[in-house]
Amino acid sequence: MNVTATLFGQMITFAVLVWFIQHFLWGPLTRMMAERSKRIADGLAAAERGRRELEMADKRSAETLREGKQHAADIIAQAEKRSLQIIEEAKQAAKAEGDRMIAGAKAEIAQEVSHAKEALRSQVSALAVAGAEKILQREVDAKEHAELLKGIQTEL
Amino acid sequence: MIEAGKPNPVEYIQHHLTNLQVGHGFWTFNLDTIVFGWLLGGFLVFLSWRVGRSLSLDNPRGAQNVLEAILEFVDIQIKSAFPKPDPLIGPLALTVFLWVFLMNAMDLIPVDLLPKAAEYAGIHHLKVVPTTDPYTTLGMSLSVFALILYYNIRIKGAWGYFKGFLFHPFGKWLMPVNFMMTAVEELAKPLSMGLRLFGNMFAGELVFLLIALLPWWILWVPGTLWAIFHILIITLQAFIFMILTIMYLALAYQSLDDAH
Repeated sequence: MNVTATLFGQMITFAVLVWFIQHFLWGPLTRMMAERSKRIADGLAAAERGRRELEMADKRSAETLREGKQHAADIIAQAEKRSLQIIEEAKQAAKAEGDRMIAGAKAEIAQEVSHAKEALRSQVSALAVAGAEKILQREVDAKEHAELLKGIQTEL
Repeated sequence: MIEAGKPNPVEYIQHHLTNLQVGHGFWTFNLDTIVFGWLLGGFLVFLSWRVGRSLSLDNPRGAQNVLEAILEFVDIQIKSAFPKPDPLIGPLALTVFLWVFLMNAMDLIPVDLLPKAAEYAGIHHLKVVPTTDPYTTLGMSLSVFALILYYNIRIKGAWGYFKGFLFHPFGKWLMPVNFMMTAVEELAKPLSMGLRLFGNMFAGELVFLLIALLPWWILWVPGTLWAIFHILIITLQAFIFMILTIMYLALAYQSLDDAH
């Protein structure tokens, strides 16, 4: 075997092929694959981040829900207390009003009674005077017997 | 296969293992080797241009997938041998693998198909497998050898590289012996690389030719078996050539201290 142009021809062909593949296949392909692996890594990181955020949001929402429930329970308790209070107050007011009305009525009754007593007394005294006139057969001088009449009146 | 004219087997085989040559002396061109090498190289150029031009990040398919898989495979080999590879190593190893594989794969075309077709076109010799021509395999291994020298000198310096010849493996008292042994070791690299590929492919082709000499009614049995076996061989040889390229360059890359 001799050293011939074929040998160098094949060497040159080889060199050209290497150059071409370096520039048109290896370069773009490795760059693309690096970008892809970076994108995948980014995607995984983002997913992990999202998962953590979701966990946190879950925790937060549970917290908020718990607070809300607590708040609602507080409000209900307060409202119940308030309603009891209102009922109590209403009862008190009603009782006071009732008492007041009873007292009024009693006062009125007492007044009526004293009025009636007054009227009765004056009628009785008149009757007494008239009876006495009948008995004495004469007129009783009101002026003369004013003292007497007064005494009867008070006795009645 | 050999009915026409009934040449004797030796003539038949010799005929099929003769290159289509033009020129004399240094200016001898093995046209078939060169043309098939170019055709397959052209196919590679076309393929890499087609795929490299429209790479899809999200939706790779077809040839891109295949090339990605091969590239990743090659890249793993390189990364396991080099701590920090030179940007040339990757394309070099990939080219070696793809081109050698394609040239070896010419082996699987029936041995008489293209030579017969050529004969009708008036061409009387045609060897279709470029890697059965030592000029191809040695051309590649010598190119790799040139790179081995280049990287050795770049990493270790010319004197550092030369010192490796003088002081290894036996220390400074046996300098001439050291020089001889290291020189043989270095020269054996391209020779063994090139001749291994050439020998394997040449022998494979020879067996195909011997099978082709069998009677037509039986020849498909060994032919099929050998072709199936050869699918393994052509891939394996391309892989070995690539691995040796990577390993030799990795050795050249090592600093003087941890060489040998």
